[in-house]
Amino acid sequence: MTRRLLRYSTSSRQACRRGFKMAKTAARETERRTATVDAAGVYYRELNELIRGLVGEGCEEIVLNGVNGQRYIADGLTDEVRIIINGVPGNDLGAFMDGPVVIVNDNAQDGVGNTMNSGKIVVHGHAGDVAGYGMRGGKIFVAGDIGYRVGIHMKSYREQVPMIVAGGKAGDFFGEYMAGGVLVLLGEGSDERPIVGQYLGTGMHGGTIYVRGEVSEAQLGREVRTFPLDDDDLELLGGLLEEFASDTGIDVGDVARAGIVKMRPFSHRPYGNMYVY
Amino acid sequence: MAFGDQFSSWRVDTGKVPSGCGISGVMNQDGRPFSGDAIIESMKVLHDRGNGLGGGFAGYGIYPLHKDNYAIHVMFEDPAGKAACEELLERNLQVEAAEEIPTKPVEGISDPPLLYRYFADPRSESLQAEGLAADDFMVKLVMTINTTVPGTFVFSSGKNMGVFKAVGFAEDVGEFYRLPEYEGYTWIGHGRFPTNTPGWWGGAHPFNILDWAVVHNGEISSYGINKRYLEMFGYRCTLLTDTEVMAYLFDLLIRKHGLPLELACRVMAAPFWKNIDAEDDPEGKALDASLRMVYSSALVNGPFAVVVGYSRGMLGLNDRIKLRPLVAAVKGETVYISSEEAGIRQICAKPDRVWAPPAGTPVVGKLKE
Amino acid sequence: MPGNILPSEFLVQVDHQRCRRCKRCILNCGFGVFDFQNMTTADSSKCVACHRCVTFCPEEAITIVPNPLSFREHSSFDVDKRKAIWKQAQSPGMILTGMGTELPWLNVFDHLLIDACQVTNPSIDPLREPMEMRTYLGRKPDRLEVEKTDGHYRAVNPVENCIELDVPIMFSGMSYGSVSLNTHKALAIAAFRLGTVMNTGEGGLHKELYPYRDSIIVQCASGRFGVHSDYLNAGVAVEIKIGQGAKPGIGGHLPGEKIGREVSGTRMIPVGTDALSPAPHHDIYSIEDLRQLIYALKEATGYKPVSVKIATVHNVAAIASGIARAGADIIYLDGFRGGTGASPAVVRDHVGIPLEIALAVVDNQLRTEGIRNWVSIIAAGGIRSSADAAKAIALGADAVGIGTAALIAMGCRLCQKCYTGNCSWGIATQRPELTDRLDPEWGADRLVNLVDSWTLEIKEILGALGVNAIESLRGNRERLRALGLDQTTAEILDVKPAGM
Repeated sequence: MTRRLLRYSTSSRQACRRGFKMAKTAARETERRTATVDAAGVYYRELNELIRGLVGEGCEEIVLNGVNGQRYIADGLTDEVRIIINGVPGNDLGAFMDGPVVIVNDNAQDGVGNTMNSGKIVVHGHAGDVAGYGMRGGKIFVAGDIGYRVGIHMKSYREQVPMIVAGGKAGDFFGEYMAGGVLVLLGEGSDERPIVGQYLGTGMHGGTIYVRGEVSEAQLGREVRTFPLDDDDLELLGGLLEEFASDTGIDVGDVARAGIVKMRPFSHRPYGNMYVY
Repeated sequence: MAFGDQFSSWRVDTGKVPSGCGISGVMNQDGRPFSGDAIIESMKVLHDRGNGLGGGFAGYGIYPLHKDNYAIHVMFEDPAGKAACEELLERNLQVEAAEEIPTKPVEGISDPPLLYRYFADPRSESLQAEGLAADDFMVKLVMTINTTVPGTFVFSSGKNMGVFKAVGFAEDVGEFYRLPEYEGYTWIGHGRFPTNTPGWWGGAHPFNILDWAVVHNGEISSYGINKRYLEMFGYRCTLLTDTEVMAYLFDLLIRKHGLPLELACRVMAAPFWKNIDAEDDPEGKALDASLRMVYSSALVNGPFAVVVGYSRGMLGLNDRIKLRPLVAAVKGETVYISSEEAGIRQICAKPDRVWAPPAGTPVVGKLKE
Repeated sequence: MPGNILPSEFLVQVDHQRCRRCKRCILNCGFGVFDFQNMTTADSSKCVACHRCVTFCPEEAITIVPNPLSFREHSSFDVDKRKAIWKQAQSPGMILTGMGTELPWLNVFDHLLIDACQVTNPSIDPLREPMEMRTYLGRKPDRLEVEKTDGHYRAVNPVENCIELDVPIMFSGMSYGSVSLNTHKALAIAAFRLGTVMNTGEGGLHKELYPYRDSIIVQCASGRFGVHSDYLNAGVAVEIKIGQGAKPGIGGHLPGEKIGREVSGTRMIPVGTDALSPAPHHDIYSIEDLRQLIYALKEATGYKPVSVKIATVHNVAAIASGIARAGADIIYLDGFRGGTGASPAVVRDHVGIPLEIALAVVDNQLRTEGIRNWVSIIAAGGIRSSADAAKAIALGADAVGIGTAALIAMGCRLCQKCYTGNCSWGIATQRPELTDRLDPEWGADRLVNLVDSWTLEIKEILGALGVNAIESLRGNRERLRALGLDQTTAEILDVKPAGM
């Protein structure tokens, strides 16, 4: 137990630098094959075709400058490529993706990581609604706030466990109809909004939601209850939040003392009694 | 040369991709006018939310020389309709000026109807004869023209503001109506992906009555009952598109029934009973419960995000469970609203604050006194 | 010549090999069909096919079949017409019957289809996202006056006089007398649990139901049975029953067989007399008289909401407008398919108009006159399922009432012999050995199950329609389409044909 605590404290002293600096560092490292693209005014279709072409030629890192609103970036990509986006990407960033790492140095819009299978998306800003819809694996890290219906119908299978961590606040229907996976909400932010909206975990029948802050019973969906953290939770959160801190610079310190509540469904078959034959 | 530089200057394509409507709004709360350029730029980024079958804008403060007259924009399918309509206008109104709405040919905008504008006021004897206040008189006149004069549609009827709309992509519509040549303190814009009505000039957004202009993304599931409720008060839904009811509901609730703007929003995107029951303040609870009971047929159900312009300001609102996106931002005294953050960032690179308003909570920009 | 020349309608068949002579059939049958003479015997002429015996026979040894006696077919003088004439030739009198008409009049609900969202508009998920069914019955102001004090808004004229229903389904009035006290209790308990209301019907309110007063609407009918000050103040509203769908224009019928001591006490009439209510209220001969009674009741009850129940007849739209202007807060429309404990068959089967059409024209009329807010409309008379309820609401009803469906939920088999007072299920009877069979808690459970089930189904429909509050379906004819209705009827309903 003591050893674990020590490990958490160490990670809290490792404040990580912000996203864009990481990108430069990556470029200066070993000779990765990096491409820089001026995406300003480029229609999404051409931009994504270009990206796919670069990936096909073996590019390992692609920096997109001047992005504003282009949709479907990194959609369906299965390669282990790193895409850095400077600007606000359009909807469905990384949808159906399976492997890439996408870093956004600004806010993102709706549909981040829609049905993604593996890989990582880091947003150094806010993200919109329906992030991680049907997510099957991989990680989404958002430094700021996140919108409505986040993690809706996330699912997991054995070791393939999708995870979403947001540093700020979330809207209604957080984790709606979750079947598996992990959602973490840290609640940083100075406004007086509640940390999370209503109908939290409505329809949930698998997976776990963690929220750092107060969640009242009135906010919970019918199928969900609050449970105390156990050792498995602490281990999971320790590793996950350490990675999150490393990627975003947001550090909650000692996980065990951070005031995190856990929500899980208390039935795996909430609709078993609804039908007559 | 970095890997990939050879690809760095591509043009914007105009492929058609289905995705729904896009809306934007910009307002300077000091009332300082700016060119219609900005709103067109914003709509360009939202291009893929439309399919080219409708686009439109509304500008406020654009007619400083006629600012006290009603500015009536009319589209005519043929000269006969124009004659009949002008006769009606002359009979009821003192027309100060009448002219074609200036346009320029733009690829992508074809077969325009005749487009005219009239700066006018109701004749005092007509007002007396009807026993109506000027605004009510104008509403009635517009409803009459739109339901009785064939091939004629009044699509704007406010003071010192105007709606400009057509079949085409929003940015093309904006160029067609030469909006960069106007200056206004509020601009709202819309790009349409119609499925319920054919691409028809009258069906594009914004929808207008007096100085209310509404652009809407979504579909109103409660349209049938909203329409029947409005018909009880003399509004006629003629433009075959559900958005019309929102313009009329704002007019009814705010102008006719005197509800403050925030409460009108609370009628249309009503709080849930669960939340009303949990309210601490008994007067607040009684107010919210009464609003729902009295105005149950004015609850607008279904997904919507709207931007509404009116003479004193601009508001953005989404439905009670936020089924459509809406992003707001401020920079200094300017308020921005858009379907997508990119629509704002295109014209405001570094806002002071960007946020997504919660369900049913309006974003309001107000003209300072 | 035998007195009764009518053949039995049903044949009771006992499988004597299976029969273990437990005599439960004899005990259970309320109509005296069974006897035991060395083996179980059955007098089929008394059988009404209520299935009590079938349900309680432990060996499934009993079957009821239609008497397969052949009649020469005749499309005009069908068998039922012939039998009716035989009955009336045997002994003079109006043919009495119970429950709603079984004649194959066009059922408009069965020609209406409901819309759903696809693509252009999302359906809403009723299982996970909120779906509001709450309904308020009563008069609402045309507009809300609001003022600002200390930075907060408050309503100057808040709506305070409405009845809150958790679901837009209530229990229709069935008099104590026509049904047993246990039935009344089951309805009251269920109404309380569901957050809705039941209606006393015209037989008054038994003392044992007073604890459920907040879930009860008391009825004041032409016979004024059980109407006294405590009664009027007991419920959440008072309903003036002008008529009922099963027998428009005539009063209630309770044959003397069903008037025992308790009923006599509640209604304040002698034991064993027939309670045949007058056709009109004798103080309502014109619309202004109705206004007078409405306000008399309001004055007597501290201004509780007053409902007026009418049968749906040809001029129902104008009548409803008059009722709204007379000061009623609720109009209860009872369609011609409505049920009853006893009615002359000729009136039940041939008088009145369908609920669907009445509802459409009343709602339209009130809107045209700009007074729709003045009243809530309850629609009843043959609501058989959640689909009917949803369609009625789409046509304009604020809520629906169920009577027949409620009784069926408690075991009624629709044998239509309520007027005999021999109901084997203990529902439409006053015989103590029969009424004991219906445990009010059991009955309430079944009613709650039924309404809960319909509520789930209506929520699914609302979700499919892309709305999350019942008021967005209410009066929204745009979400209905007609299939196989003639054009005129569709126009009267203001419902487009499917495909348009």
